[in-house]
Amino acid sequence: MTTMAPDTESYEAVFDAAVAADERIEPRDWMPDAYRASLVRQIAQHAHSEIIGMQPEANWITRAPSLRRKAILMAKVQDEAGHGLYLYSAAETLGTGRDELLDKLHSGRQKYSSIFNYPTLTWADVGAIGWLVDGAAITNQVPLCRCSYGPYARAMVRVCKEESFHQRQGYELLLTLSRGTEAQHAMAQDAVDRWWWPSLMMFGPPDDESAHSAQSMAWKIKRHSNDELRQRFVDICVPQAESLGLTLPDPDLRWNEERGHHDFGPIDWAEFHAVLRGNGPCNDQRINRRRQAHEDGAWVREAAAAYAGKHRDTQGEARA
Amino acid sequence: MTSTDWPLWEVFVRSRRGLSHTHAGSLHAPDAEMALRNARDLYTRRSEGVSIWVVPSASITASSPDEKDPFFEPAADKPYRHPTFYDIPEGVRHL
Amino acid sequence: MKQAPAHVPATAGAVPAAAALALGDDALVLSHRLAEWAGNAPVLEEEVALTNIALDLLGQARFLLSLVGDEDELAYLREERAFRNVQLVEQPNGDFAHTIARQLFFSTYQELLFGRLAAGDGPFAPLAGKAVKEVTYHRDHAEHWTLRLGDGTEESHRRMQTALDALWRYTGELFEPVEGLEVDVTALRDAWLTLITKTVRQATLELPTGPQAGAWTAGAGRQGLHTEPFGRMIAEMQHLHRSHPGASW
Repeated sequence: MTTMAPDTESYEAVFDAAVAADERIEPRDWMPDAYRASLVRQIAQHAHSEIIGMQPEANWITRAPSLRRKAILMAKVQDEAGHGLYLYSAAETLGTGRDELLDKLHSGRQKYSSIFNYPTLTWADVGAIGWLVDGAAITNQVPLCRCSYGPYARAMVRVCKEESFHQRQGYELLLTLSRGTEAQHAMAQDAVDRWWWPSLMMFGPPDDESAHSAQSMAWKIKRHSNDELRQRFVDICVPQAESLGLTLPDPDLRWNEERGHHDFGPIDWAEFHAVLRGNGPCNDQRINRRRQAHEDGAWVREAAAAYAGKHRDTQGEARA
Repeated sequence: MTSTDWPLWEVFVRSRRGLSHTHAGSLHAPDAEMALRNARDLYTRRSEGVSIWVVPSASITASSPDEKDPFFEPAADKPYRHPTFYDIPEGVRHL
Repeated sequence: MKQAPAHVPATAGAVPAAAALALGDDALVLSHRLAEWAGNAPVLEEEVALTNIALDLLGQARFLLSLVGDEDELAYLREERAFRNVQLVEQPNGDFAHTIARQLFFSTYQELLFGRLAAGDGPFAPLAGKAVKEVTYHRDHAEHWTLRLGDGTEESHRRMQTALDALWRYTGELFEPVEGLEVDVTALRDAWLTLITKTVRQATLELPTGPQAGAWTAGAGRQGLHTEPFGRMIAEMQHLHRSHPGASW
């Protein structure tokens, strides 16, 4: 593709007009390099989060306490692989291959959501992830269905449609535990206590410290600020926690009539940054496991590619 | 392309009879047969489809956005192709 | 509090319980093994494929076990010796080639078996009619991978052959008669061998030459004699459920 200097200005005007008019940018349209880079970064991080996010939940598939729960959890973890695929596929439309993105994930040059660096210690964690982590993710993702980049927006429509069951199953799981035996109730409360604050961190740093936010909002990649979405999430969760019969671990949490929102206590951003830098409980474990799976699978991928090379002609005939 | 790098395929799904195939997304597969199976698993696991096409992404020739005007403007110039171009007296139905 | 069933009734309704348990346990255990791949598959597309198969099998297991009793009591409260699955399905995943070899052997058997059951008018005909469509896809998946691994690279060829050879000794048990399952096992075995031979040859591999059963284990899984890895598998599967007697999940 040519990006001759004399034309750039008029191209940029067309791009700006399209974004301003809420039209979608499509793969072969001209777009500023920084817009492309920003999208690749965000979509890749999102895709990586889906596939790393399989691990903490897959940790409980083989121990799921009923066959119904086991089927639900398997389907959910499978969806996450699927969502990873939709998102890598959206990133490919920007000219960045999946192999390249996986390399960057494996070598630590691209990030995934820090939340998955926390461990799943009990069965109730599966419920807390569904309710809080998926809940936070959905709050983040629904506005992305209107993102200015067409393939990303379309992938998110698909993801959001499929995710609706993820949050519900988590809530139902926790409700069953909360109303179950004393030990089950305690298990549910413990999980919520551990996952609440990390879930709030999922919306990213406060608006005044967020490195990429302003530009992303201008380009309509992002539609709402981190703090807006975080507040929306807290407001949604408070009554849900009450219905669960569980408490949220924040003594400062209370309704503020004046603001029409819940006030909540300070987030431990030192912990957030420490986990982001690699010092979370599971950072090494998650990335090593991913790398291991990829390396262990290399011979399989090579074999299939070699077979395809040998049989390219016969396959064509078979279909003709 | 390294030896483990599977090519990219575009997936088109016919969601039900009577509709045309619609682009659903893409995936990687070593060959057409596997691409079809992967597409079935990925894009129709909630029974969203009755028929699937897979096409190597590299085989698709697309119009360039640069050619947008010569490609699509002439059509915009032919309003008589659209039914709303015609005035029909009130009361005439089934037209 | 739920108790493990002391014994399983000879017939649960019109369905022969022993046969329902045998087929149900096969599906339950293989589903569990396949689910162990979650997050570890060689490529993302295969995560989705393996889970589809595991979910189909789990669905079959739940249906079959429910014919006999409470699905969770049966899955979570039976001791190792009360499981009636063939030893083939409990074998650890190994590398991808071992998983594919296990899939090839088992899904070919299951497709042929369900095809016959679906064609008859026995108690399993309705289930088999639905499941045979799922299983046809499982076999298709296994065959495609057998071809690609067998006729792929030198390394994949070697691994696939090793896997076929290693699991061959567990295939004889598939054709031991099961009480209440009215099929001609000899004909089943012949049909199975024909299909397997064709696929294995097409994949440029050799049909294993060893015995199709270990010295003392012919039909043993069906009688509740399992291999060592199985005990650890169900210990993991059952521990949470057993830790909270009587709880609902």
